[in-house]
Amino acid sequence: MIRLFERRINIAVQRVKKKKSPFIYKSYSKKPKHRWLRKRKAQERRFKRAGMLAILISSLFLTSLAWNVFSGARSAFTEAQIKLSIDFQADLVEKKAYRKIVQNALLDLFPEVNSRKDKKHLFALISRNAPHVLRDSLEKDPTLLGTQQDIWLPASSSTSIFYKKSLTENAKRIGKITVTQVAWITQLTQTKQLRLRFNFSFFTNGDSREAEHAGILVSTIGSLLSILVCVAMAFPLGVATAIYLEEFAPKNWFTDFIEININNLAAVPSIIFGLLGLSIYLNLFGLPRSSSLVGGMVLSLLVLPVIVIATRNALRAVPPSIRNAAAALGATPTQVVFHHTLIYALPGIMTGVILSIARAFGETAPLLMIGMVAFIADVPKTFSDPATTLPVQVYLWANNPELGFVEKTAAAILVLLTFMVLINLLAVYIRRRFEIKW
Amino acid sequence: MRLFFLSLATFSTFTLPLHAQTGDSIQIVGSSTVYPFVTVVAEEFGNVTDFRTPIVESTGTGGGFKLFCAGIGENYPDVVNASRTIKHSEAEMCAKNGVEKITEIKIGFDGIVLANSKEEERFSLSKSLLFLALAKTIPVEGQLVVNPHKKWSDVDPSLPEIKIEVYGPPTTSGTRDAFVELVMEPSCKDLPAFKEAYPDKKARKKMCHLLREDGRYIEVGENDNLIVQKLRSNPKALGLFGFSFLEQNTDTIQGSLIENKAPNFENISDGSYSVSRSLYVYVKESHIGKTAGLGEFIEMLVSEDAAGEYGYLGEKGLIPLPVDELKSMQERSNTLTQ
Repeated sequence: MIRLFERRINIAVQRVKKKKSPFIYKSYSKKPKHRWLRKRKAQERRFKRAGMLAILISSLFLTSLAWNVFSGARSAFTEAQIKLSIDFQADLVEKKAYRKIVQNALLDLFPEVNSRKDKKHLFALISRNAPHVLRDSLEKDPTLLGTQQDIWLPASSSTSIFYKKSLTENAKRIGKITVTQVAWITQLTQTKQLRLRFNFSFFTNGDSREAEHAGILVSTIGSLLSILVCVAMAFPLGVATAIYLEEFAPKNWFTDFIEININNLAAVPSIIFGLLGLSIYLNLFGLPRSSSLVGGMVLSLLVLPVIVIATRNALRAVPPSIRNAAAALGATPTQVVFHHTLIYALPGIMTGVILSIARAFGETAPLLMIGMVAFIADVPKTFSDPATTLPVQVYLWANNPELGFVEKTAAAILVLLTFMVLINLLAVYIRRRFEIKW
Repeated sequence: MRLFFLSLATFSTFTLPLHAQTGDSIQIVGSSTVYPFVTVVAEEFGNVTDFRTPIVESTGTGGGFKLFCAGIGENYPDVVNASRTIKHSEAEMCAKNGVEKITEIKIGFDGIVLANSKEEERFSLSKSLLFLALAKTIPVEGQLVVNPHKKWSDVDPSLPEIKIEVYGPPTTSGTRDAFVELVMEPSCKDLPAFKEAYPDKKARKKMCHLLREDGRYIEVGENDNLIVQKLRSNPKALGLFGFSFLEQNTDTIQGSLIENKAPNFENISDGSYSVSRSLYVYVKESHIGKTAGLGEFIEMLVSEDAAGEYGYLGEKGLIPLPVDELKSMQERSNTLTQ
């Protein structure tokens, strides 16, 4: 650039020396006209194209990811159910042999099944959880005892996957399913004893090792509880730190040291915070392992520096004239901050806090060390109950061998992404609605 | 402003019940190979008994023992899952921290398979052929050289003329540990060329455990599902993973024969398929009676219904113990609760 400029000036100067007008009307180079200009324009074009290519590539990645997740997750929101004529025999109910009741109903439907192997395959059509459904419905309505009822029971996930596929295409075997099972499923389809329903249980169940029964309730609650703890800890601490550092602290080597450390902390890999949580919260304080309390506390360490930095930036953006005006009217420094500066900075602070929450929401690595990457089926009721979070659930399901968990994983990712989008939208809304431009 | 104090107030309420303890659910840590089986029993246990569902963490066997052996009491796990027996050093660490009485319970077997896509022919391999195909250094005419084999047919003319490509887990994985121990080590440690070059047993063992790093053995990460997916997209390749993943995907992939035995339920169970390992759980005896339901849980784990020949763990891919061995395990768990 500079060299180009120099050259042009030189040419102009030479022209003046020769008593000509310094402006160039004709190009001096012979072959490529306006060579320098052309070079500059080409450079400009190249840069533009590179930028566009970058956007194109990243949007390509994004759409393929979104498509991958959506197409995989769609089928997880429906589940197959099988209608069985259940005989609530009193003696079997007494023995709590609900599994036997389900098996009898299946054998009534397919009386030709005799061999042990075939029976095993037949029983695998229905969810291993079906007996618990019977137990629950009997507890709800004790009058069912001794009667014969048509009940829709959840199918096993391999049945479910095959049935969903067979609705759209001429499916052959998928996964574990056997040829005899395919025949039974076709028969059930023809007699209209197989149906697809919206999978409510995905939102009302906890983790399960049976794919058809696994849901995200426990992990969602766990996520919310940990985020609550995280905000409750990090927000007051972070904002207070930032206010002190920005408005009150004297500028000396000590505050500089703290500032450098905060900036460094923001860049520390998250697993380190997990290790810190393990050695301090669990081993030193003796807090309960796997609990959302400890999870939230570890996450708050993670977001604390981010909140401090965001708050300081928001405070710095408030013009000094506001502070001066308040001070001139006799407000004490504390009053200046809490009555004026902080109020104006609040939208910026909130945006920073919400975005850092979004980050905490998606973390798994620090939770690994404190035992939240675990199979937990019971809903956490207090902060000290064992809990997992949504991203952990995604990770755990992705490692399961059963085919049914593939769609569950995709669906859980979709839910996680939805939460992320909502959180980010909230941040955008707050910024638009309350931000003050000076 | 109000929000600020509100959150301060909530924060202080959170810090009050700091010393509340859970304690009442069974805590299990350990191997990711055992995790899919123990979780099934844990879920069933939570469903059919009045006890809470046990918490099962997947930390890996070594990490599990570290946590398990750290001490006794509510804050430490009750059970550890292991895909190998406890090491001497781990037992020492346990004893040092007061964890003295530990009961070992074998719950079944897990096969390790080499599988490929059903679009291609099934491989028939042996341990020594696998060693020649996958080891980093092999003896050629008495000299140790960097593995020169490019195609399977280079290793043995009976094998197909396909590029050697094996997808498998990285060194951190227990599956890989077991594979190198069960397949590479026995075919390597007695070779004269290795004995000559590494007279020290430990050094030789270490060399025997090395797999190729020239892109023939491809590490795909700990997720076995990913390896199965790779096999679908690349039918020429083989994959190394646990038997339960083969069982779930029999429509698209097939397990290679090893020493003329196919990896299936029967062959792994009677030991004729040789690449298999035992899975264990270890229980702290001092926790029985203190952690609610611990004894009952262990009984359920080795019950006929779960670990038996036709138990539900079999459906998940666990190879059951022989009848008399299971019986002795059941007796062992019974004596625990008494």
